Amino acid sequence: MAKSIDVSDLDIYYGDFLAVQGVTMSIKARAVTALIGPSGCGKSTFLRSLNRMHEVIPGARAEGKVMVDGQDLYDADVDPVAVRREIGMVFQRPNPFPTMSIYENVLAGKRLNATRLKKSDADDLVEKSLRGANLWSEVKDRLGKPGMGLSGGQQQRLCIARAIAVEPQVLLMDEPCSALDPISTAAIEDLIHELKSDYTIVIVTHNMQQAARVSDDTGFFNLKATGEPGHLVEFNPTKKMFTNPDNEATESYISGRFG
Amino acid sequence: MSIADPETEIPPPLGTTSKAGDAVFRGLATASASVILLALAGVAAFLLAQGLPALDGTGAQAYGFDNIWVYVGPLLFGTLLAATIALVFAAPLSLGVALVISHYAPRRVAKGLGWAIDLLAAIPSVIYGLWGIEFLAKQLVPVYMWLEAHLSFIPLFAGPVPTSGRTMMTAGLVLAVMALPIITAICREIFAQTPVMHQEAALALGATRWEMIRLAVFPYGRSGIVSAVLLGLGRALGETMAVALVLSPSIVVSFNLISAEGGDSSSTIAANIALNFGNASGSKIDTLIFTGLVLFVITFAVNFLGRWIAARGVKKG
Amino acid sequence: MTNLSTAPTSSDMAPLQSGHLPRFAPLAVGVLAVAVGVLVGGMALGGGVAGALVLGWLTMIVVLPLWSRVVEGGRKAKDRLVTVGVWSTFGLAMIPLVSLTWTVVSKGYGALTPTFFQNSMQGVLGSGGGIYHALMGTLIVTAVATLISVPIGVLTAVYLVEYGNKNLFSRVITFLVDVMTGIPSIVAGLFAYALFQIFFGPGVKMGFAGSVALSVLMIPTVVRSSEEMLKLVPTDLREAAYALGVPKWRTVVKVVLPTAVAGIVTGVTLAIARVAGETAPLLLTAGLTTSLNFNPFEGRMTTLPVFIYSSIQAPGLYVDEMTSMAWGAALVLVVIVMLLNILARVVGSVFAPKSGR
Repeated sequence: MAKSIDVSDLDIYYGDFLAVQGVTMSIKARAVTALIGPSGCGKSTFLRSLNRMHEVIPGARAEGKVMVDGQDLYDADVDPVAVRREIGMVFQRPNPFPTMSIYENVLAGKRLNATRLKKSDADDLVEKSLRGANLWSEVKDRLGKPGMGLSGGQQQRLCIARAIAVEPQVLLMDEPCSALDPISTAAIEDLIHELKSDYTIVIVTHNMQQAARVSDDTGFFNLKATGEPGHLVEFNPTKKMFTNPDNEATESYISGRFG
Repeated sequence: MSIADPETEIPPPLGTTSKAGDAVFRGLATASASVILLALAGVAAFLLAQGLPALDGTGAQAYGFDNIWVYVGPLLFGTLLAATIALVFAAPLSLGVALVISHYAPRRVAKGLGWAIDLLAAIPSVIYGLWGIEFLAKQLVPVYMWLEAHLSFIPLFAGPVPTSGRTMMTAGLVLAVMALPIITAICREIFAQTPVMHQEAALALGATRWEMIRLAVFPYGRSGIVSAVLLGLGRALGETMAVALVLSPSIVVSFNLISAEGGDSSSTIAANIALNFGNASGSKIDTLIFTGLVLFVITFAVNFLGRWIAARGVKKG
Repeated sequence: MTNLSTAPTSSDMAPLQSGHLPRFAPLAVGVLAVAVGVLVGGMALGGGVAGALVLGWLTMIVVLPLWSRVVEGGRKAKDRLVTVGVWSTFGLAMIPLVSLTWTVVSKGYGALTPTFFQNSMQGVLGSGGGIYHALMGTLIVTAVATLISVPIGVLTAVYLVEYGNKNLFSRVITFLVDVMTGIPSIVAGLFAYALFQIFFGPGVKMGFAGSVALSVLMIPTVVRSSEEMLKLVPTDLREAAYALGVPKWRTVVKVVLPTAVAGIVTGVTLAIARVAGETAPLLLTAGLTTSLNFNPFEGRMTTLPVFIYSSIQAPGLYVDEMTSMAWGAALVLVVIVMLLNILARVVGSVFAPKSGR
């Protein structure tokens, strides 16, 4: 069910300001693609443009092509809401809905869209999604408790369960571990490895070791200069990127000489 | 580990639209906002339509005055006088009360004290009026007697003092009690927002608490205090019942604060409407509506000024 | 060899110890003030309660700063003077609250009999009347006003926070809501009267007109409080819903509003408490009657505040009876308003979502 994504010549603007320029890349299905780069280089903005979440920010717009399974996400008659059902997203800070229990949080995508589920189907879906997010054994006895009562790492895995419960093709993760401690981070990284067999995953991270550990391909974003738009410097298999990058800037960033 | 759900096995095409629901809801929200626009336009339009005919003076003549301005003038004067008295008492008191809640009282007590002041704001105005005539006015008679005996050379305290104590001063004091919680609430919020850094800087220089408040808190909150006082003024200007119960209707310009004889005490626009609306008809109603229009314009101006000062202060701060 | 002679020696430093009052000083002076007030002001000079209060206060505000000035110096003395002054303003502000509560309870308590709640004033001369008609009037007029104001107010707040994006229209609406907040209540009454007069002719009085007038006062309060509460809902939650492929309107209805509901209910309850006590607009629109009326679209409808006002202003022949009933009604009104206020606070604190932030 996973899909590949082909991005060609994508420009992203905030109002008149060009934030990201001319990105072209091919994101493989059933693989993890990591996006790295210094702060403010547009990698999160680019990630959001993959499921049109950037449109939530007033004034933001994108020009170019993002092809998923032969359909251009930016076609005039494409509904961004439908796009987001196919391409899910996990955020930097865990954000379970405070008014809902763990059970309701997992089902949120279905319930909020008024999809009717039989009780047994709903129970199955909750269990499958929580198992998929490696959270089932920890919460199966307190599904009725509020989601806010979990630890940060558990909350983030709950958010992942919530995202996969709507059965998307692609999962976008925007620095999913930056607010978590090392143990929770390891749990999420293990989970990413497992999810790879069913989903196309794109992850933005500030942590170079994490990119090296979890990803198959890596894209390096950078600013041409301060005030200039961000752009994709290099896109290669992770192994090559971390051993023998094509670009000098990539090498100095990865070896810690800047950024 | 695939999560296949028989109901949604076939992924819906990306074109499936949720736009209808969005459009309806957005339309509802926009329509509601438009109702406010219409309501205010309605207030202005109806008051103008019903009030402007009074400019020809027939209503005023029906009340025994030459033209509309002779009728409105004294009422406007009385309105401003009562509100001024209210502010003279309420403004300094509110500042003190706000300081108690924000800086003097221990944190735990402060919350309860703030609540007590909020209760003052919750009491209906007609009950203030009732309290004003049945309790406050009677308590104030000895004070007025003393003022008349010793300060009657000042026109404000010329007397004669009525035994009921129902005077302009009493009305102003009741208004002061009603304006106090409003001014306090705004000031207290502003004082609490004073940056801790500024306060600690002042204390680090060896300032006492009062010096710290003068150095850090007051300068930071100056525009906020002014706008709080103006919003309190707006409330005092528009208040009806307390004044309508305390004062008897009259159309005179009088600075005498401690008398009640028809010719010696002013009344306010709002109270005058409440007292006369019941037996008015035709051109008299137009005239009363015109006075309401005048009141609307004045309170609008005062509130606008208050908010403008507050907004300007925010930009600077 | 290092030379440390430029370092401050102990003799360069001002002494840190200076004279200060013992910690019990304010309390001691307070006790003295009470004693002086009661013994001298209250008894010796015969000033009664007022005399005792004034003299006690004078003692406090003179003695403590003077003592401080002698022991601690001028700056500290001024600080103490201001402290006493500031607390005095608070005490002064409490006098009306205490005396008003006391007056209303003590004068109103006697009127509260079962018939007082069961009877209307129809055909009543002298004793035996009740406020049933006014209670029902208040209930109906306020309920209808709430039904008008809450949907408009909450949806307007939704527009401003979720759809407005600070565009021109939303800035105009924000400005108009500010203007509406400042409309004097009697002007709202005049507006409703002028509006209904067009359709129903001069002298029209009905409960619904009163509800419209109250709505003019209620809508801005509801908009303001709901707007504040909606702004407090974290953007994260909206994004989480959008990322699940939920349309915006469902996100607002199912995620944003439920998260803010406690705050919105608090704001609405406070707004109800405020308009339930309004008199002036209802005097002009709903009018006055002695009998029961359940139909807001037909005929005059008395509310509690208007009943209180008219009982005092136009008591007719039975002044004592009417005054006593007015106090009874005032007590009932104060209790209703206070209960609504307490309810608002309880709702606000109990049903607030347990947010981790």
